[in-house]
Amino acid sequence: MRRFCLFILFSLFPLYGSKTVTITGSTTVLPIAQYAAEIFMQRNPEVNISVRGGGSGVGIANLLDGTTDIANASRPIKEKELKRAKEKGINPVATIIAKDGIAVIVHPSNPVTALTLEQIRKIYTGEISNWKEVGGNPGTIVVVSRDHSSGTFEVFKKMVLEGEKVRPDAIMAASNKAVLTTVAKTPGAIGYIGLGYLSSDVKAVKVDGVYPSPESVVSGKYKLARPLYMYTRGKPSGVVKEFIDFILSPEGQKIVKELGFVPVRLPEEK
Amino acid sequence: MKRESIIEILLFTVSLFSLVSLMGIVLSIFGEAIPFFREVPFLDFITGKCWYPTSEPPCFGLLPLLAGSIVVTIGAMLVSLPIGLGTALYLSEFAKPGVREILKPFVELLAGIPSVIYGFFGMVILAPLVQKIFRVPVGLNAFTASLLLGVMTLPTIASIAEDALNSVPVTLREASLALGATKWETATRIVLPAAKSGILTSIVLGAGRAAGETMTVLMVAGGAAVIPRSIFQPVRPITATIAAEMGEVAMGSVHYHALFALAAVLFLSTLCFNILAERIKGREG
Repeated sequence: MRRFCLFILFSLFPLYGSKTVTITGSTTVLPIAQYAAEIFMQRNPEVNISVRGGGSGVGIANLLDGTTDIANASRPIKEKELKRAKEKGINPVATIIAKDGIAVIVHPSNPVTALTLEQIRKIYTGEISNWKEVGGNPGTIVVVSRDHSSGTFEVFKKMVLEGEKVRPDAIMAASNKAVLTTVAKTPGAIGYIGLGYLSSDVKAVKVDGVYPSPESVVSGKYKLARPLYMYTRGKPSGVVKEFIDFILSPEGQKIVKELGFVPVRLPEEK
Repeated sequence: MKRESIIEILLFTVSLFSLVSLMGIVLSIFGEAIPFFREVPFLDFITGKCWYPTSEPPCFGLLPLLAGSIVVTIGAMLVSLPIGLGTALYLSEFAKPGVREILKPFVELLAGIPSVIYGFFGMVILAPLVQKIFRVPVGLNAFTASLLLGVMTLPTIASIAEDALNSVPVTLREASLALGATKWETATRIVLPAAKSGILTSIVLGAGRAAGETMTVLMVAGGAAVIPRSIFQPVRPITATIAAEMGEVAMGSVHYHALFALAAVLFLSTLCFNILAERIKGREG
């Protein structure tokens, strides 16, 4: 029994003096938080950061429950969530840590290289259903969208659909990766994914004449872009602040860029 | 004696665990589903034909999702029933012991493959094949999902049906053979009818498994919330809807409660499957 008590005591011991930060939320922001946390923990061995996915909604719910310190979100907080926060006396504060462009992608064999926002909207609402209507080879357009509750869909809905509904028979994929795989394997498909997921298996098209790239997102020329957030209870303080400051530092923003996202500010040219 | 009774009480407590968990799950599902029906009338939910949970105004219709679940379940049964039953019949009536010992573990091994692997295989290999062979616009559809679910439910059907066939008394077979019936006649006209209830149970449990499967349909069914007009159209089964939307939904919103309402529907239908299976089993004994 005595040995057991000692064991408990010793296993608790390392927790003294160490600081724990929990991060939960959007799977889009996850890679940034994960990568930054690894480097941050190497620098500060006394800090323990645990990073989890779950989605923007889960992250914010956990933030309000007090089970996470930082909520990653690929969309701004919703009114309903803000109301819940007020009831609990919490003031959620958003820090924009990166930007993400949404690339519209087609199968590599598709001759279409550019679409206007309006054409994309008509394709997604079902007004245009054949590639020949937008200058491609005749064939049915297979519309691939993200699930209704994903942050990416929300942004797409707001910026492209203008209040209209996606055609009901569109493929609804559960992740960026699933959209990528579906479009890469389906010659007639069109889809949209976060810039960080773009690969040579698919072809990104110009939207309103602008090709999606970190540069065109920062300059504001590329329209389909959104900010990525980290939410905290009140203004960030202590280790949480140190971590968020690290992501906002030139080094952290380099990570953001390496992962295919867009830094909040363009790194200053030297 | 005292020790015995302590152990008995301990074991009783442990056995209560599943009951308590079940109660907890039921209470939380239905408790979270009730607020939904304060916002959306029950009739609108069960007769609604569209699923736009985040539009303004939103639309929460059960029909397309239910149709998706039903289509893939029936499709899966069409695949796994003939193959599973054939396998069971062969293993119990025709296979030599050596063949049986090799074949049976393989059938059971199918049940051990995680569903995400089926899903991945379906998405990367099967779906493009289906798309090319049948010349349809996209391979992620009810047909591909049915094929995969069929393979997944195969071990359930094959092993429960085989158990049922095996439990038919040998004397029945001997009597049939003694009367001059061939092996095939004995198998199909004597053993199969005698094991009828066990086979029905296997079908019901298999269908329950197909209807409740989540990961595979999430990955390969396509996810379009429409009542399909063809087996080659994408569908959005109930399970896939819950799995896909739960992560990002705002807690406490109507959409959040709507997902619990879906969970309640799913729970009730699997409950029906299980009660049905118990009923059939009970009739036998």
